[in-house]
Amino acid sequence: VLHTTRPLHTTQQSLAPVPPLPEKGGEVRHGLIPEEFFQFLYPKTGVTGPYMLGTGLLLYLLSKEIYVVNHETAAAACILTVIVYGIKKFGADVAAFADKLNEEKVAAALAMKNEAMQTLQTAIEEEKKEQWRVEGRKYLFDAKRNNIAMLLETNYRERLLMVYNEVKKRLDYQVAMQTLKRQKEQDHMIQWVEKNVVQSITPQQQKESIAKCILDLKALSKSARAAV
Amino acid sequence: GPLSERPLMEVRLGELHTWISTCSFSPQGLLGAVQKAWSSYCDKYIHVRRGGPAGISMLLAGYCLLSYGWNYQHFKRHRWRKYH
Repeated sequence: VLHTTRPLHTTQQSLAPVPPLPEKGGEVRHGLIPEEFFQFLYPKTGVTGPYMLGTGLLLYLLSKEIYVVNHETAAAACILTVIVYGIKKFGADVAAFADKLNEEKVAAALAMKNEAMQTLQTAIEEEKKEQWRVEGRKYLFDAKRNNIAMLLETNYRERLLMVYNEVKKRLDYQVAMQTLKRQKEQDHMIQWVEKNVVQSITPQQQKESIAKCILDLKALSKSARAAV
Repeated sequence: GPLSERPLMEVRLGELHTWISTCSFSPQGLLGAVQKAWSSYCDKYIHVRRGGPAGISMLLAGYCLLSYGWNYQHFKRHRWRKYH
């Protein structure tokens, strides 16, 4: 709560934009006397009234020496001449220059205003575009959902493959163990049988088998010679 | 509008006496009147888009007249003739 001694913002004027300056100032004749004075005397004395009044006043002041003519009068006359001459000669140029300055200021302010409006307009359009984009969020989420589902599926299959590999490895191991055992048993048995057989061949049996072999060979060589 | 609120230019000569009796002569009142007069002068002749020499020249002329009035006793001594 703002504690003030007088009420603030009681009129509507403070809210409206500042009214523009008037184009021209009040009319002034000869640079010294406002036009309202001439208009004031016009109904009674016509056009020449104020001039007669001025002349009469001047003559009265001079004759009664209420206005004393001295060196300052001469100085004032010279200064006034120079000033009037200067204004008449350079007035238009100075006015044009001042107008140009004003114009530049106004143009800069206007440009700023336009730029601000442009930025706001583009901001509005961007916002609308964003709002339109939001409508596509359904597709976005569908795509994301698909991605996630694919990831889950991939993971599941990887694990399935891993399980399968591990189980296969264990089973292969068991199979390899069994074959190895069987092979070892086989080898061992063969070796034992061979050893026993070789041991069981007595020297007499060996001689008999050698003689039988020689007889067989002779028979074979006979049959072979006959065949040839 | 009501007499006390009208600006001086719109008061007729016959009502001048009544108008003067309605305005306040306290310091605040006088200061307010001076401020109002100055701001209306500025708005009319100085704060315009294309003003001329009139705005300042009237102020300078007024200053010249005022200073002549203040130094009148000094000027009276330099009159050219004694009897007018």
